[in-house]
Amino acid sequence: MALKEKEKDNVVAGSIEPSKLRQMYRKLVPAMVEGDHTFGTVSDKIGDVTLKKKTPFHWFIGFTIAFMVAQALLFTTVWLLINGIGIWGNNQPVGWAFDIINFVWWIGIGHAGTLISAILLLLNQKWRTSINRFAEAMTLFAVACAAMFPLLHTGRPWLAAYWLFPYPNVMGIWPQFRSPLIWDVFAVSTYATVSLLFWYVGLIPDLATLRDRAKNRFFKFIYSIVCWGWRGSARHWHRYELAYLILAGISTPLVLSVHSIVSLDFSVSQVPGWHATFFPPYFVAGAIYAGFAMVLILCIPLRHWYNMKDFITHTHLIFMGKVMLATGLIVVYSYVMEAFFGWYSASQNEYFMIKNRIWEGPYWWMYWLLILCNGLSIQLIWFKRFRESEFWLFLISIVVSLGMWLERFVIIVTSLNRDFLPSSWANYAPRFFDYSMFIGTIGFFFTLIYLFVRFVPIISIFEVRTLLPAANVHGRQQDFDESVLEVEYTYDRTDPPNRD
Amino acid sequence: MEKNLYGLLAEFDSATELVDAARAVRDAGYTKTDAFTPFPLHEIDEALGIKRSILPYLCFAGGITGMFSGFALQYFVHVIDYPIIVGGRPHISLPAMIPPAYELTILLTAFTAVFGMLFLNGLPRPYHPVFNVPRFALATREKFFLLIESDDEEFEYDVTRRFMEKLEGQQEVFDVPE
Repeated sequence: MALKEKEKDNVVAGSIEPSKLRQMYRKLVPAMVEGDHTFGTVSDKIGDVTLKKKTPFHWFIGFTIAFMVAQALLFTTVWLLINGIGIWGNNQPVGWAFDIINFVWWIGIGHAGTLISAILLLLNQKWRTSINRFAEAMTLFAVACAAMFPLLHTGRPWLAAYWLFPYPNVMGIWPQFRSPLIWDVFAVSTYATVSLLFWYVGLIPDLATLRDRAKNRFFKFIYSIVCWGWRGSARHWHRYELAYLILAGISTPLVLSVHSIVSLDFSVSQVPGWHATFFPPYFVAGAIYAGFAMVLILCIPLRHWYNMKDFITHTHLIFMGKVMLATGLIVVYSYVMEAFFGWYSASQNEYFMIKNRIWEGPYWWMYWLLILCNGLSIQLIWFKRFRESEFWLFLISIVVSLGMWLERFVIIVTSLNRDFLPSSWANYAPRFFDYSMFIGTIGFFFTLIYLFVRFVPIISIFEVRTLLPAANVHGRQQDFDESVLEVEYTYDRTDPPNRD
Repeated sequence: MEKNLYGLLAEFDSATELVDAARAVRDAGYTKTDAFTPFPLHEIDEALGIKRSILPYLCFAGGITGMFSGFALQYFVHVIDYPIIVGGRPHISLPAMIPPAYELTILLTAFTAVFGMLFLNGLPRPYHPVFNVPRFALATREKFFLLIESDDEEFEYDVTRRFMEKLEGQQEVFDVPE
């Protein structure tokens, strides 16, 4: 974090005001918390959204819309349970369509939450601190939406228990463990459970803060129950931090395995377009790409509506944009490789699949729309002007979300619609209930997000406290403390012989 | 010494003062001590002499248990209880058994980490004597507290109280009723 040589000279000459110097320092080490905050104001600002402030009017509007849209899911589910999955448009040869497209899309979105909470924690990235709470909530809700599809595509979900889980049943039968679909059950249910644990453990100290601040006796009671009687003891914090670190360490291989296993659903099969060894990393990168897009879609309005700009700063948005760009480029590379393998394999069927997907088949325009959304739109982030504009980041995120959905559509439908036997070729078109179920899960997702924003602190209060300069004990390495600046400043002003 | 006294609690404004005070308390020979902070403070472990928890070992054991139970489950299903050949693969198709065992390893490690942490911490415990001090509500907000329990061998009400009042940066010393 040393200042540049030229700037150092200026400091020595004393020609730069300390305020200007501070700006220069901030350029090198961006602030993770802006404004003059103390432990108390941080607690109030975040906690009061839940506890004290009147629920804003826009919350009611947003919640009502989301809840109404969620009814489409309820309606479709009821109709599906009555009539069976024939109400959907998928049929031979496209036996897998919206159900798995949406499943993969949702579960991919969840991945950013775990990446932010676990991997960035292990990498000691402080900027994760103010976005991890709602990113984890997003993970949970996205996994809930995702789980809906495999469960309901069984048509009779009440029987799914013995189809999916190995438990001793009266029929004496077991699931087939050599099938990637069972791996998927294990991966997704573990993922949902561990994400819930991670999220809840992170919440415990904040719930204790709310307990101690709540005036309403009823809420005080509820919070004291759900925070397990947390009292901030040093011995407790010690084990808490260990547990949190272990959870992060164990969630890292978990999150990488989940989308890898989801991709094995495809690549273990022998369908051209699915049977590819590079699917696991390709899917994981795509998942993080889509997930960061969703985090941006959520956090840009949130920081405005709840005035959280001090905690979710511009720097956070730029960092997220950069992660999106990096993963987006991996995804683009995968598209190129996918086409290359189709040609280089010298397999007639593989090459035909690529032809069908990209220029000859009925869905060629979806492929190019996908390239436009995922491949081209993201290139704007290279430019500072777009990267630093909230409007553009928001827009690009929406386009990327759409693009990632198209990617799954292209992978699934264009691999199936023209299979080995031309006599069985058929196109796929979604029907009303395909759309209503998908849109319904979006409504369900936002309903849960709105409830989360209302009842739980949207930013981790105790972790933001650790970002404040006052959290440092003297003598500790102070990454974000301006006293580093002062030290450097005085150091540079001292004559060389007197330096120590 | 009062009869139903749990201990003495001193309030501090800053993390640095708390850590310095904790060192002083440890140097004075008190062992049944605790500190309360609004966020995890790494220096306090050393200052209070908190030993490293056994939690990581428990988690390792949990993970190993998960892995073996994953393999055992699949071995039981595919070799003992319902052996059936699918796609010409052997009954013990080890590579195919990895994903479920892997996920169970992670699941049990995570369960051990969370519930082990709560168990070792003695949580849930909605009531605790320190909650009797009204100012203690600020421990989850912005203030730092240091506690010496009355069970401590060195504890003697007058002496300890005077000692705590002399700690640098201390705002107030409270009696904590049982």
